[in-house]
Amino acid sequence: MSAHGHSHHDDHHGQAPAHGTFGSYMIGFGLSVILTAIPFWLVMTGVLGDPQLTAFTIMGFAVAQILVHMIYFLHMNTRSEGGWTMLALIFTVVLVVITLAGSIWVMYHLNHNMMPHMQDMSAHDMSQMP
Amino acid sequence: MASAPTVDAAFLDKDGNPLFHLEHEPHHPEGSSTMLGFWIYLMSDCLIFACLFATYAVLGGNYAAGPGPKDLFDLPLVALNTAMLLFSSITYGFAMLAMEKNRVAATQGWLAITGLFGLAFLGIELYEFSHLIHEGATPMRSGFLSAFFALVGTHGLHVTFGIIWLVTLMAQVAKKGLIPANQRRLMCLSMFWHFLDVVWIGVFTFVYLMGMLR
Repeated sequence: MSAHGHSHHDDHHGQAPAHGTFGSYMIGFGLSVILTAIPFWLVMTGVLGDPQLTAFTIMGFAVAQILVHMIYFLHMNTRSEGGWTMLALIFTVVLVVITLAGSIWVMYHLNHNMMPHMQDMSAHDMSQMP
Repeated sequence: MASAPTVDAAFLDKDGNPLFHLEHEPHHPEGSSTMLGFWIYLMSDCLIFACLFATYAVLGGNYAAGPGPKDLFDLPLVALNTAMLLFSSITYGFAMLAMEKNRVAATQGWLAITGLFGLAFLGIELYEFSHLIHEGATPMRSGFLSAFFALVGTHGLHVTFGIIWLVTLMAQVAKKGLIPANQRRLMCLSMFWHFLDVVWIGVFTFVYLMGMLR
């Protein structure tokens, strides 16, 4: 920690960098508004046409906005608490990815292999499942 | 007063430093580990939401011949809800800036505005829920609706407790001012509040927007 010293990259008023400034909060807010408005606009107008492409695009915007919130509102950096908050965050992200990807993967295969007459069923029939 | 305890040479290393741990930890300032501990709590809360998101991902397509997202969701209302939570995030940020300048009245004012935005969010969400239930789209209707109410309802409960916590801290600040303990508490709630906004990004993207694309 001491090796990095105290950075002043987001410190306009001589306060501790970990608490943000009026400027950094407004940058975060502005970016969040843009990153929220675009996905809503994409879905409400269907301007991209292809739902799959739209889905991937809005997921990209969501990841970008989560990063903006982490940096500008939660003041995440690699230095706070000697790096332990970042380590806890990375560990949590790994667990979240395992939970989400694992659940979707396992249940997709379970549905695929256990459903009766799978070859006769369309996506519409799947929606009749409880 | 007892003199310094004598130590057997067997418990000393070659430089004469003791090899055992001190009976009492060196003094840390009160609350110095609170922020890290609260961060660890938030990460564990994140895992609860990950499980609920995974449940929704698995069950979100099982409509049981009932209504789907396109029949139920009202995107302009969700956009309004998202705006309320985003506004409450920035006003909480202003409360933290006022707190750093030791302005009690400004801090209280911004906290009150944050609480009102939070209440507006909750009001809109409860209106949406009652509307859904009125239409027969109850949590019992289908796997999709069970997962939907579990995920969005848990987030709403977090916001509810966040508002209760906010009012409690406003009373604390009114009574004792911006003492270090209250500043620490306000910083914890700040993390909690911004964390809920981060979870909401996942909810509106994954549940509402992608629901309309199914």
